[in-house]
Amino acid sequence: MSEKLFVKGNEAVAMAAIEAGCRYYFGYPITPQSDIPEYLSRELPPLGGEFIQAESEIGAINMLLGASATGVRAMTSSSGPGISLKQEGISYMAGSELPGVIVDIMRAGPGLGGIDASQADYFQATRGGGHGGYRIIVLAPASVQEMYDLTMRAFDLSDIYRIPAMVLADSVIGQMKESLTAHPRPKATLPAKEWAVRGRESGEPQNIVKSLYLGDGEMEAFHWKMHARYQELAEKECRWEEIETTDAALVVTAFGSTARIARTAVAMAREAGMKVGLLRPITLFPFPRQAYETISGYCKRFLTIELSTGQMVEDVRLSVARDAEVAFYGRPPGAGSLPTPEELFEQIKKQY
Amino acid sequence: MKQVFTRPESLKDVQTHFCPGCHHGSVHRLVAEAMDEFGIRDKTIGVASVGCSVFLYGYFDIDVIEAPHGRAPAVATGAKRARNDRIVFTYQGDGDLAAIGTSEIIHAANRGEDITVIFVNNTTYGMTGGQMAPTTMVGQKTSTSPYGRNQAKDGYPIRMAELLAQLEGVAFSARVAVNSPRNVMQAKKMIKTAFRYQVEGRGFSFIEALAACPTNWGMNPLAANERVGSEMIPYFPLGVYRNTANL
Repeated sequence: MSEKLFVKGNEAVAMAAIEAGCRYYFGYPITPQSDIPEYLSRELPPLGGEFIQAESEIGAINMLLGASATGVRAMTSSSGPGISLKQEGISYMAGSELPGVIVDIMRAGPGLGGIDASQADYFQATRGGGHGGYRIIVLAPASVQEMYDLTMRAFDLSDIYRIPAMVLADSVIGQMKESLTAHPRPKATLPAKEWAVRGRESGEPQNIVKSLYLGDGEMEAFHWKMHARYQELAEKECRWEEIETTDAALVVTAFGSTARIARTAVAMAREAGMKVGLLRPITLFPFPRQAYETISGYCKRFLTIELSTGQMVEDVRLSVARDAEVAFYGRPPGAGSLPTPEELFEQIKKQY
Repeated sequence: MKQVFTRPESLKDVQTHFCPGCHHGSVHRLVAEAMDEFGIRDKTIGVASVGCSVFLYGYFDIDVIEAPHGRAPAVATGAKRARNDRIVFTYQGDGDLAAIGTSEIIHAANRGEDITVIFVNNTTYGMTGGQMAPTTMVGQKTSTSPYGRNQAKDGYPIRMAELLAQLEGVAFSARVAVNSPRNVMQAKKMIKTAFRYQVEGRGFSFIEALAACPTNWGMNPLAANERVGSEMIPYFPLGVYRNTANL
């Protein structure tokens, strides 16, 4: 299977989930992600899988929790208002060290907001979102191909680290059609799920999936254990893309859909003879601090661009060298359109 | 000498944390006996809820998932759909099932999920210290209804066994109590029926067990036991409210 297809980003997520061996999906409709449950409601039953349209996002995330606890690969998806409802279950999954993939196709918020593309769920995704001081793995695709590749990767990372993984995209990436080379799931070494709750047949010891820690020091030990796991993630799993950064005097940085527009603006700047590069984080948690640290050793000017009033920019400022300057250009939803390459080129000229 | 009474294999030999006179222990035992009877201990997944029953895994010698408050029916749905050759049951209190978890229980029941739900109704939030529950009796004083539950302001105690019996997806719905030997025997029969329905793949089965909470009711165990019969059963009548075998 290596055929070239022309599909929507949302469909690529659903196709990747199936290729990754996910046979259980629990969801609830919300624009702009409904293609995912629609696709899986059609494709999972013939494969022997299960699609459930839950009574609510809360129902869906808890079905994911229950299925994942039995050791199978399972997924849910939503957009901002629904992801907010899912936070309760995400916190419990994090507390229970359960894997599981959650897709957030971001729309405008807060509240009901609107259905325009937005990147304003960055804090919610990367800071834990729910209660209790946990983190989840967050991957930010910028193309339909990456929707496919990173969804598959999300399943593997989630299983390896026993941390829920989120694919964080927005309505631009979710709704647009592009060419996709569908390929078999890359081989990965995955740990056996000895912790899974499957019943005690064959005299196995009792397995318990829980997040309640009342014993002396138990909760503290749990937090330090997870902290170490987050550090291991940061050491091993950071991913990012660099374009023409080696000689750059200004590095533009953006993720997801915004990075695509920024890439064109950077090309315009290069054509105009300006030494401008692009740094695109692919993992948002763990955040690729090392890349910023290295580049800011020789390039002292950064321009962060987001579809919000500024969220990732905080991570950028924490990651660059002290003497580097970080400018910000934000376009929260509601302006009626996305920023154009020309608009971003103007910002580049201002900061250059 | 012939041994006529033993601990069920599905129960661990441990002391419980439940208060003296609490009925959770009796209900635990009946559930364990049902598991033993069908020989399903090693293929059963329990779903614990939040509250006094959260320590299910400490007493039952089975695999257990701990669910968020009220969400046990959704967690059980995910587990059963993923492992449909397993027996999955939830064990929930009234605050869990009849307040925060009403959406999850109604929709799991309506989908006809092939799970068993054990619902222990003691008319109060036990673990958090005896606050008013959706099943608190009219006039009952609790830590958040110090003047007594007022139906004009707080509504009426909700009858879950009857409510769920209205749903087409439900195969079996019954209310039992464990306040007398006779009622214990009847409860045992009903709990066994509920598990048998799942073993036979007949769909959603529901048992509401009326229970005493002496500590939070401010009563001694005997008085609390008596209250189940004198106050609760008249409002929450025992019996079978839906049985698809009779349809």
